[in-house]
Amino acid sequence: MSTITAAPKLALRHRLAERGVDRTLLLVVPGVLALIALFCYPFLYGLQLSFQPTKGGALGAYRTFFSDPFQRKSIWATFSLAIPASLINVGASVPISYRMRRDFRGKRLILALLVVPISLGTVLTAEGILEFYGPAGWFNRTLHLLGLADSPVRLTMNYTGVLLSLIISGFPFAYLLTHSYLSGIHPSLEKAAATLGADRWNRFRHITFPLLLPGLMTTFCLTFVMAFAVFPSALMVGDPDGSTHVISIEAYEAALERFDYAAGCADAMIMTALMLLVIGVVAGLRSRLYRGATGGKG
Amino acid sequence: MSPELRDAQPVLAVGDTPGRPDRPASQLRELTLHGVSRAYGAHTALHPLDLTITGGEFIALLGPSGCGKTTALNCLAGLLPLTAGSIVLDGDRVDTLPPEKRGFGMVFQNYALFPHLTVRANVAFGLRMRGVGKAEIQRRVEDVLRLVRLSEHAGKHPGQLSGGQQQRVAIARAIVTEPKLVLMDEPLSNLDAALRLAMRGEIRRIHQEFGLTTVYVTHDQEEALSLADRLVVLRDGRVSQVGTPAELYEHPADPHVAAFMGYRNLLTLDVVSAGGGTAVAQGRGLRIVGTPARAVELAAGQRATVAIRPEDLRPAGPGEPTVGEAVAEIVEYHGRVLHVEARTRDGDRLYLNSGEAVHPGDVVGVAVDPDRALFFGADAEVVAQ
Repeated sequence: MSTITAAPKLALRHRLAERGVDRTLLLVVPGVLALIALFCYPFLYGLQLSFQPTKGGALGAYRTFFSDPFQRKSIWATFSLAIPASLINVGASVPISYRMRRDFRGKRLILALLVVPISLGTVLTAEGILEFYGPAGWFNRTLHLLGLADSPVRLTMNYTGVLLSLIISGFPFAYLLTHSYLSGIHPSLEKAAATLGADRWNRFRHITFPLLLPGLMTTFCLTFVMAFAVFPSALMVGDPDGSTHVISIEAYEAALERFDYAAGCADAMIMTALMLLVIGVVAGLRSRLYRGATGGKG
Repeated sequence: MSPELRDAQPVLAVGDTPGRPDRPASQLRELTLHGVSRAYGAHTALHPLDLTITGGEFIALLGPSGCGKTTALNCLAGLLPLTAGSIVLDGDRVDTLPPEKRGFGMVFQNYALFPHLTVRANVAFGLRMRGVGKAEIQRRVEDVLRLVRLSEHAGKHPGQLSGGQQQRVAIARAIVTEPKLVLMDEPLSNLDAALRLAMRGEIRRIHQEFGLTTVYVTHDQEEALSLADRLVVLRDGRVSQVGTPAELYEHPADPHVAAFMGYRNLLTLDVVSAGGGTAVAQGRGLRIVGTPARAVELAAGQRATVAIRPEDLRPAGPGEPTVGEAVAEIVEYHGRVLHVEARTRDGDRLYLNSGEAVHPGDVVGVAVDPDRALFFGADAEVVAQ
């Protein structure tokens, strides 16, 4: 490079381009600005706020959270909703997307039905659950008509209601992700396994599933994060003062009912740390799997 | 269709795998396809195909893309259900069995190696599925990896291998279970020219050393001619001809097979006289004395397709009667000979080989020996070159 003596201006541009610095880098600017304004600043502001409680020193808000059994239990309430909801969503999306790889009559209709809940807001879903699964809803009326239940089955205003809502709103995401991961696995791999004597179950177990697993883990992380931040449905169809007193409700109550911003921010930071912990664990497990190309050529 | 077998079966090499000197020549006596056909809706990809394959044979299904050869192979493998017909293996019907119950090995065009498994695990997969014991699996996998010369790569993943190595893994994986029949779907089409030549020899060697029965799909006639004991030429889902390489090369059944077998010059001319094993055709400024192809009856006044290989068409020597004259347009250097593309005054393109210098723009009188110009009835339309 040093042998090029003419046009030093051009040489500089070349040197920068070799390091990936050129004008297309400007495309990144709006996104970075938005990230700083809408995420970094509020997050850091909240972080420093959480260390400035009115009493108890820098860690006072955290200490209060962990010393109050009611507040502390919100961690358990959140995990006991988010983990089963994500597992159910990912687990259910595997067989469905496995079957949906092949063409059949009415596939598009089923696809639409599976994905439509994405477009419903959480509030609408919660209302629907209240109407349908409530004590006087169609579900219980049907059960009563069929003589399957004497008294209405309680499916709302408790843990079950929130879980249902998380599944209804989270499944489409899990399904769409799983479907795209699955369609990235070359169909000739299963055919090859078949010619080698593997039946349907063994083909899935030894070929498709191991290749799909990293994708399933990513899907799990995304649906878990969505479920972990559950708020409206925990309030509307759950039992916000009891079994579904999740951590986001705790943070909301601290900040906007008790007007203790430091406590609210501390709750939010605890929530972030827990999510990162789970994602970290899953990512760690995922890194131990095969994650290369899943095309036919290997 | 009469399956004319090549009289000499492939010779088996001795002592190829240590510890198994008693390997049977072939596990299959006879595989018969009765009217095997496959349709996709209104489109028939494969018209009823009858074929009998004898143990130890190397059969090539040859034809241009879309001719139904891969369909036929997938039907054999069980990856595609038949629309009609049956497949009988040593007296048992196998076309109703799923692929995993047929016990055929298959090499896919894209190799379809399992990317998350090592070479060793890829090769061992078929044995594991059959419930073979661990020690036995290890021994057989080592054996077959030695055979395909991949022993030192056994611990690698397919993504770390070159194209030729991946291809050998695919072959090893298909043959380690000692299948009754090995199916290969254009296994060399993803390789570069030099490697393709080397692997061609390798495939034939493995076929012989393992005593395999192989059905090999390709669109490359050179590959098919050099590898196979018997060729099945397909066109538009129908069989054009079945025969040994020599039969097909010397006696193509129709102009399409001829075109596939290297008869690049296909001219439609009028027959002026025929009889006594020779025929004369002329038109478009050419006059050719030639030989009617097998089972072709010609009469004067009929139209005929004359097929000549470029290597049989040459510049006429001094005083030699010529077929006609043509102007050389493109001259390619190929060592001892020049490949010349010339155009007649009537616009027909001629491909010929010349041992002497020819330059573009030269007017060349061309000649062909009468026994090297094949005449076909012109009812079949000529392949567009």
